[in-house]
Amino acid sequence: MIPAGETYLLNRVENQGSETLASYREHGGYIAIEKILEENTPFDQVIEEIKDSGLRGRGGAGFPTGLKFSFMPDPEKDPRPRYLAVNADESEPGTCKDRILLREDPHGLIEGILIACRAIRADAAYVYVRGEYRKEYDNFFAALAEAREAGLVGKNIAGSGWDCEIWTHKGAGAYICGEETGLMESLEGKRGHPRPKPPFPAGFGLWGKPTTVSNVETLFNLPFILNRGARWFRTMGTENSPGNILCGISGHVERPGVYEVPLGIPARTVLEEYAGGVWKGRKLKAFFPGGSSTGLLPAASIDVPMDHDGLKEAGSMLGTGAIMVLDETACTVRAMEVVARFYDHESCGQCSQCREGTQWLYQIFKRLENGQGKVEDVELLDSLAHGMAPGKTICALADAAAIPTHAIVRHFKDEMMEHANLGRCPLSHDHQLDEQREPAEAGA
Amino acid sequence: MALPQELVTEFNELCTHYPEKRAALIMTLHRCQEELGGWVSPEIMEDLAAYFEMEPVEVYGVASFYPMFRMSPPGEHVVSVCHNIACELRGAPEILKKVCEVTGASVHGTSSDGRFTVETVECQGACTTAPMFDLDGVYHEELTLESVEKILGGLS
Repeated sequence: MIPAGETYLLNRVENQGSETLASYREHGGYIAIEKILEENTPFDQVIEEIKDSGLRGRGGAGFPTGLKFSFMPDPEKDPRPRYLAVNADESEPGTCKDRILLREDPHGLIEGILIACRAIRADAAYVYVRGEYRKEYDNFFAALAEAREAGLVGKNIAGSGWDCEIWTHKGAGAYICGEETGLMESLEGKRGHPRPKPPFPAGFGLWGKPTTVSNVETLFNLPFILNRGARWFRTMGTENSPGNILCGISGHVERPGVYEVPLGIPARTVLEEYAGGVWKGRKLKAFFPGGSSTGLLPAASIDVPMDHDGLKEAGSMLGTGAIMVLDETACTVRAMEVVARFYDHESCGQCSQCREGTQWLYQIFKRLENGQGKVEDVELLDSLAHGMAPGKTICALADAAAIPTHAIVRHFKDEMMEHANLGRCPLSHDHQLDEQREPAEAGA
Repeated sequence: MALPQELVTEFNELCTHYPEKRAALIMTLHRCQEELGGWVSPEIMEDLAAYFEMEPVEVYGVASFYPMFRMSPPGEHVVSVCHNIACELRGAPEILKKVCEVTGASVHGTSSDGRFTVETVECQGACTTAPMFDLDGVYHEELTLESVEKILGGLS
C-alpha cells in the first residue's frame, strides 16, 4: 500500500504524450513563467519565494536553492554575460530520477530553467546531459525545439522583450563531470577536471563568467513553487527539508522503482510500502540510503527519516535519495569492492590522494573479497580513507570513496574480519566470473 | 582525409551555441564517432584539430578522457553491460557471462567474426530496471538470461 500524500513531481508522466507542449499546456504548463513576464515580477521577489519555500538542491549536496541563486552578482556592477548550467549528468550509482523528467516531462524542466534564468538574470542556459541518455536527450531536444517554435525560448519570450537561450550539450561517460566545476570544464570542451574553489561559480564559472549550476529535479520544482507558493511547498517534507523528492529504490527489493515521496519519510516506508519489501521473502542486511557515495547502513537503521538531518544523524547522507538494498545473502565486502572499483575508474587523476587512494581502496577490498586479505586490512582501509578526506582534494570524489569505506568498517567490521580469517568470502560468490570481469580497463 | 561537408556545416551551426568555438569539441567528437565508423580515429582527431585550430594532441587529450570515445574500431554491434552496484545486485555477472557466451566475444574484446564488441560500463542510470545493457546506443533493461539470448540472437 502506497501511503496517501500529495504528489506533484510525477503527476504528468503517465499522461499520453506527456513530453509534448500540447500536453504540458493542457496541465497548466508555462503559466508560472508567463505570469512572471507579464507582471514583470522583480528577480529578487522570485528568489525570495524560492528561499521561503526552503527548496534544497536535489543533486546530492542539498544546498538551499534560493540562497545559491542570490550569490549571483548585481548586473549593474558586473555587466559580464552570465549563465545557468543545468546538471543533467545523472551518474551517481543508484540514481535514475532526472532521466524520467528529461524523457517524460521535458517542458516542466524548460519552464524551471526559464524561471531560474529570470531569477539569476542569465542570458543563456546550457543543459549538460550525460552522453548515454540518448532517448532522454532526444526528447528534451525535441521539446526545446517545440518551445522555441512557440516563442517560449529564444528572443522576445512570450512577447515580453526578454531574451533567453537554452542550449543542449552532451557528456561522454565521465562521472566527474557531474561535479559542478568538472561539468563547466567539460562544457568548455576540455577534460572534466574539477577546479579549485574559490573562486566559486557565481563569480567565475563558465568561460570565467558568473554561473549558477543546478540539478534537473531542483529546477523542475520551481514552476510548482511559483504557481502554488512557498507555503504550499512547506506542507510537504520537514522544516529543514521541505517538499517531495524522487526516491529511486533498487537492488534486492520486490518492486524497484522511482517513487515520489515527502522528505522525512522513514526509509522503511519506502522499502516496505512502495517497493514491496526485500525480495524473495528474505531479510534486510544493509542499504545505501542515497547513492553509492553515502555510507552503507545496517538493517537496524531502516527507520531513519529520508531527509538531510535524519540521515546525517544516522551517520550517512541523503545524497540523491537513491536507496540500494542488500538482502541477507549479499556480501558487503563485495558491494564495497564494486563501489571502490567505480571510484578508482572515475577519479580524474588530478589529486594524488584521490588518484592513488581510490586505487588502493579498490585493490584492498578486492583482495579481502578474494580471500587474500589480512586482518590488518580493515584498519588500513579506514586509515587510508582518513588520508583522502574530508577537504584534502580539489573536489569531493575522494570523499565519495572515503565515506562508504568508513561506513563499512563501522558497521560491518565483523564480516570484513571473517573474510580475512577464513581466507575467502563467507558467502558463496563465483570468483571465476570476477576474474573474467577484470581486464585492464581503458579510459579515464 | 577531410571532414565530410555535411558535418562541417553542422559543426559551424553548433559552434554558434557557445561564446568560444572550442566548447563544441565534445559534441563534434560524438557526431564523428556516430557517422564515421564508430570510433575516433587518429585521422578524425587531426581533422578536428584543424577545424578547431588546435594541436591534435589537445584533441586526443580531451577524447581520451571520456570513456564513451573509442580509440579503436569496434565490432559491428557494441554491447555495453553495466556492472555497477545496482546491476550487480540484480545479477549483472550472470548477464555478462551470457552476453559473452552468445556473442563469442570476451570482455573488452571483439568476436573473431567481427560482429560483436562486449564491454563493461559503470552506472548508466537504469538502476531501478537493472540489470541492463546498452546495445548500439539503445538501453535494454530488466534483462534475464532468456531476454539476452533473444535480443542478441535476433540481430541480423
